[in-house]
Formats: sequence, structure tokens, C-alpha cells
Amino acid sequence: MNIAEMLSFEFMQNALVAGGALAFVAALLGVCLVLRRNSMIGDGLSHAGFAAFALATVFGFLPLPFALILVAVLSTVVLRLSKNKNGDAAVAVLSAASLAIGTFAISVKQGVNVDINSYLFGSVLAVSRGEAILAVVLVVLVGAVFILCYHRIFALTFDEKFARTVGVKVGLYDVIFAVICSLVIVLGMRLLGALLISALIVFPALTAMRLVGTFRSIVVTSAIISIVTFCVGLFLSYAMSAPVGSTIVIVDLVVFASACAIKKLS
Amino acid sequence: MSETLIRAKKVSVGYGDNVILRQIDFEVAEGDFVCVVGPNGAGKSTLIKTILGLIKPHSGRVELCSGLTNSELGYMPQGMQFDTDFPASVEEVVMSGSLGRMRWRPFYGQKERELMKESLRKLRISKLQKRGFAELSGGQRQKVLLARALMASRRVLFLDEPSNNLDYKSKADFYALLKRLNAEEKLTIVMITHDVDVHDLIGNKVLALRDGGVWLGETAQYLEKIHEHC
Repeated sequence: MNIAEMLSFEFMQNALVAGGALAFVAALLGVCLVLRRNSMIGDGLSHAGFAAFALATVFGFLPLPFALILVAVLSTVVLRLSKNKNGDAAVAVLSAASLAIGTFAISVKQGVNVDINSYLFGSVLAVSRGEAILAVVLVVLVGAVFILCYHRIFALTFDEKFARTVGVKVGLYDVIFAVICSLVIVLGMRLLGALLISALIVFPALTAMRLVGTFRSIVVTSAIISIVTFCVGLFLSYAMSAPVGSTIVIVDLVVFASACAIKKLS
Repeated sequence: MSETLIRAKKVSVGYGDNVILRQIDFEVAEGDFVCVVGPNGAGKSTLIKTILGLIKPHSGRVELCSGLTNSELGYMPQGMQFDTDFPASVEEVVMSGSLGRMRWRPFYGQKERELMKESLRKLRISKLQKRGFAELSGGQRQKVLLARALMASRRVLFLDEPSNNLDYKSKADFYALLKRLNAEEKLTIVMITHDVDVHDLIGNKVLALRDGGVWLGETAQYLEKIHEHC
């Protein structure tokens, strides 16, 4: 495999930049979601993103802004519901309903040429230069918010009740968190698709949790793992002419399994 | 006469439409060690949460006096309601107690670091600083959570059944620690405890909740009252 040759293609450069950036923010988000026992929310919201894109196409809205707003609203609601006992049911309902509404909307509207496959499985190689830049802007934004709120996010994730008593504005941070979730997931759908984006969120965090023990080291380790596995997956898929999304997820799975084995042995 | 820190005036508390305590009055003075007792469902935790401002009272109000503010109240919630396998170091957990004093400042400074070390030193758990919270024993964890609460307040501390899940020895150890903090550091403590065991009444006062009302008095008086009923 010739890496230099691969990188000479502009679509590969775009995929690498956009994907690496999204892998990074998805990992930051993932640590919080996994630790809050909200691992399935990424999955549910990505399906909602699919429905949003489908509805936007059918009704002629601008797809990206429409999807971002709708998913941001839904993620605020679902994150709030997930604090109740029936949170997992809320996510299941959201997933199933969104997928149904999305496919229904597309098939009912005659003459609309939408590639459902690209929403479900992503199209990282079709990412444009503009989208790659958008992804980088997103990373800077989400990264900055995450770093500035880092200690509050830790306190909220570890013990929300206590955080509330020391005056952390729980409601405000919940909304910030929900908006970050929707940004990452909607843009992430473009890369891995609705079905695989949740892998980008949960695997790095779960792997890091097998390897290190403090919150800070888990955040750092999962960010590194996420970027590395994305790049390795992308290269492998190019070399093997395999689908990008599934190759990346398989690389993540292998790394996760190895981390589990290392933990067992040590 | 020590200064009053917390004053409840005709306060009714409860969840939703359900009022548990009606029109109660009581005061907590600086240096007090109050044990809150009462049967299950009497409203012990609800009362504490109302004082902390986590729940709004149905009527009446809770006043914080002598310059005490809401973000200065230290709180140690009941039991281990959060994940006990949560990956966090003792340092990270204890530092989070100082978020209240930081307002909008995003990062901890030298002052917070020193306060953290001081809290650990006071509780004699400095050697745990770099350890993982999840790998500690129940007694050690309680001390770490106490250190975190101390970061939030050097004046008043609320503890919700801190001796739950502790074996006999860790419990005795933990109580000795609380007594020392109360006596030496002049820390005011309000602690919810089971009323089944008189050995849990380690404070100078008792706030007993029963049938929607309260009784506040010296611990000795409370014990006499119980004996009369027996």
C-alpha cells in the first residue's frame, strides 16, 4: 500500500481531515456519554438525524441547518428523559420512530433522488473541502467549550446532585452538552452514517476505560485512540477496497478487544 | 451565645403536592452538631435538600444568616448513588468541591490545590491523593466525599446517612473524625442518621421528625424522652 499515493488524492485528504477532527470530538463526547450510562443516545440521535435529512429533502429545507436544529432539540429532550428510569425506552422509541419516518418520507415523495445508503452508511470519501473545513471549525469550537467546561463536566458526570449543591448550573450545561451532541452526531453521520456513528462515540471511551483509571487520562487516551483508529481504518479500507465505515468500526472493535485482553492479563 | 446560621420559619416541605413536614420552625447555631432522626419517609432527606436549595419549600422559608451563602454549604449525599466504578482519582473528586467558589473561572488555581491538600490532611488521607476512587474501601470513600464537602464549606456540613454501608470499625472511625472536626475546626454539622441506634446520636443536639412536625433539643434531653416512652 502506498500511503503517499493515497494522500495525493484530494478526497482522501478531505476525508482524513474531516474524519480525524470528528473522531476527536466524538471521543470527548463519548467519555461523558458512556460514563453517564447514555451510550445508546448517539445511536438514537443519529437516526433522528437521518429522519431530519429525509424530511428536509422532501420539504425543501436546507438539510444541514434543519437537521442540526431538530437534533439539538431532540437531544435536549432525550438527555433530560434519560435521567428518568425509562430513559433507555425513550432512546429506543426515538431510534425506531426516526428510521420509520425517514424512510417513509423519502419513499412517499415521488421523484426525489435520495441515496438512503449514504445516510445509513456514510460517505466519507465524498466529503468536500468545505465540509472538511466545517469539521475543523467544529472541532475547535467543541474542543474549546469542552476544555473551558472540563471541571464542571467532570463534576456533573461524577455526581450531578453534588454539583447542583455547589452551584453548578446543571440546566445550562445540559443544554450545552445536548447541542455539542447534536453537532457531532449530525456531522458524523456524513462520515460513518447513522448506523455506525455511535461506534465512533462509544468505542474509544470504552477502550480507554480498560487501559487507564482517572477521568483526565481517559479523556486524553480516548481522543488519541479515536484519531489513530480512524486513520488506520481509513488506510486499511483504501488498501483493501473495503467500505470505510465498517473498516473503521472493525479496527475499533479489534483495539477494544485487545484492551480487554490486556486488562484481563495484567 | 453562638450565632444562628440557619433559621427555618414556618417551613412546609415535601415532594410534588405531597407535604411531609408542616409549618416547622427550628434554628441551627454556629458550632452545633445536629443529628436529624425520624422514621423512613419522615422527610429527613427532603428537609436537608430544602435547606440546601435543591427543593423549593411549599411555604415558609429557610434563612441563611451570618453571611452564609448557598454555595458555602457542604453536602455529602446519601450512600453511593453514583457509579462506584467511576474512573476518577481522589484528587479529581475532592477538587470538584471547590467549583462553587470559582464562579465563572474555568480552571482550578493554586489556592484550590492548597485547599484540597489541606482537606485531605485534616481527614488524614493525604496518602490517598493520587489513588483511584473506585479502588478504595467504603470507609475511605466516605472520607474522600467528606473532604470534597469540606472544600465547598468550612462552616456548615450536611451529611445524609454517612454511616450507611460502613462496617462497625469504619463507622466508629468516621464518627470520631466528625466529632474532631466539630470540636477542633468549629465546623457546624447537620447529619441525618437512623434513629434506631442511640450510638449514632453523636452530636450535641437532635432534630427529631415525626408525624409532620419537629422536635429540637439537646441530645441528653432526647434520650430521656425516649426512655420515658419505653
